[in-house]
Amino acid sequence: MNKSNRLWVILFIIGAVLVAGRMLISQSLIGKAYVQAVPVNADEENEDHKWTLYEQSSQTKFNEAVLEDPNQTKYLFSFSRTIGVWIAALLTIFVLSFLIRDNPLYKFAESIFIGISAAYWMVVGFWSTVVPNLFGKLSPDMVRDWAMPGLGIDERVELMYIVPLVLGLMLLWILSPKGGWISRWPTAFIIGVFCGLRLITFIHADFLSQIRNGIAPLWMVDSSGSFDFWESLRNVFLIIGVLSCLVYFFFSFEHKGIIGKTAKLGIWFMMITFGAAFGYTVMGRIALLAIRLEFLFDDWLWLIDPTGKRLEAVISMLGLF
Amino acid sequence: MIEFLKNLDRRWIFLLMLLSVAIPILLQTQFEETPSKLSIAVFDQLEKLEEGDKILLAFDFDPGSEGELGPMATTFVRHCCEKKLKMYFMALWPVGEQMIVDNIARVIKADFPELVYGTDYMNLGFKAGNEGVIKVVLTDMRQLYTTDAEGTAIDEIPMMQGVDNIKAMDLMINISAGYPGTKEWVQYAVTRYPDKITLVAGCTGVQAPLLYPYIPQQLPGLLAAIKGAAEYEKLVMDKYGKRDADGNMDEEGKYFEGRRRMGPQLVAHVLMVLLIVVGNLIFFAERRREKRQ
Repeated sequence: MNKSNRLWVILFIIGAVLVAGRMLISQSLIGKAYVQAVPVNADEENEDHKWTLYEQSSQTKFNEAVLEDPNQTKYLFSFSRTIGVWIAALLTIFVLSFLIRDNPLYKFAESIFIGISAAYWMVVGFWSTVVPNLFGKLSPDMVRDWAMPGLGIDERVELMYIVPLVLGLMLLWILSPKGGWISRWPTAFIIGVFCGLRLITFIHADFLSQIRNGIAPLWMVDSSGSFDFWESLRNVFLIIGVLSCLVYFFFSFEHKGIIGKTAKLGIWFMMITFGAAFGYTVMGRIALLAIRLEFLFDDWLWLIDPTGKRLEAVISMLGLF
Repeated sequence: MIEFLKNLDRRWIFLLMLLSVAIPILLQTQFEETPSKLSIAVFDQLEKLEEGDKILLAFDFDPGSEGELGPMATTFVRHCCEKKLKMYFMALWPVGEQMIVDNIARVIKADFPELVYGTDYMNLGFKAGNEGVIKVVLTDMRQLYTTDAEGTAIDEIPMMQGVDNIKAMDLMINISAGYPGTKEWVQYAVTRYPDKITLVAGCTGVQAPLLYPYIPQQLPGLLAAIKGAAEYEKLVMDKYGKRDADGNMDEEGKYFEGRRRMGPQLVAHVLMVLLIVVGNLIFFAERRREKRQ
């Protein structure tokens, strides 16, 4: 066994011992999920139209209900959701293990993520768009009988939707070994439509609107009519910033003299903007790490209980903090 | 020392960052928040609405950004419930629909069970098409939404009566994790109908600098990342939070998620600043040594 493999085995054993230790000091097994049974009665007369929904609940509610009535069936332990919590926890650790180095566990988690995402997009796209917005327009009666009983009875056949059907089929032609060029026509249509849409939108929303937003008074007054120093200063900075950044991208003249100095000021403004963007990115990434750790400590290991979901949280139980 | 720091294995930095986030979570560290102008602007836009006004909530995010955007989504829904607004949920992201369902269960069903589906709130679900969907719902929602997310015909839902397009909404909230999101809503909806559509948004930290140019004319309020969520949470809970006999906040932790996550933020940011300072000191020391040689 080489050094690297030894490190992995040691880390795995330490992790397993810690989780086992946590389970041993727990009053009940950790990482358990509970549900609440909610009966749904869609049609009073038809027994087939009644079913039970299982919504997420908590150990606190389960225990309270059991204390009140040991035979209650409203709050239940959910085996499938418990398995879900454990799989989510292990996959989180697998993905974080990439920080140590690339490894098969990370690859395994990555492959699962890609596979599930692709399948999810395909299924959701089919049922939320293709079925109601294409088949539902071309053959509403068939779709109502087959998949969407809620589809309005006054929906009529709209033959115009044959056009997107044909374009869609042409797009799929790219998968055929012959005649792949046929898919270029709908591709050209998509590119053309989106170029047109985006060009107009950009000119309206960004170019023209931003020019208008940049025309700001340098002398601001507050609601009482007196001079507002900070708002005025803000607008002065806004205008100097916009003009100096524009000068930096003005390449028809050499950046010397007053143009060079203004361009340099523009670089400073851009650097400050990039710094602010970096700061925000750091904040976002830390928030993502925080929720994963919170999930591991709360839902899986039951170390903390910020939302009052259960009776036991080891940190408060041991009176450590 | 400089040589040691220069060649320090980056995994020690990762470990430090992990600890700087993990320890405040375990200690459940929280700090007081002071709302910024932008968060107050978002809060005021909702406060201006009257009972029964229509509000569109577009949840354009997924579990990948739930840590950042989930807290503000929960607080937005709570605020709408407290104001007794009619809520129309929709999503341009496939998993956005699950985020909607999750928030309906966490807030509406758990704490406002008196609200009725179809009368007080409804879920239009996800539609593929990105900005194409925005273009369509601006003119005729029924072209795309023949049923709601649960498969009920749109015309059979009481709160859809008289709603032909999103111009009928009194306010729009977008929670955005990227494309399509707030930028597209501003570009395709707000800019086209500035007098009919008012949009406030919550976004990820990565997006925030890209959206600031739209403030305040095209975007009157913005909650930027978890900090914006924490500030907005404070505003909402200070006004609507339930208190016990001693005046302490007596609420479940789900309405304090933003503030809870600001504890790890502070410690991690301090570590980040220290690392940047140390990195720069090493750089300048190294340069000075090279010059001497």
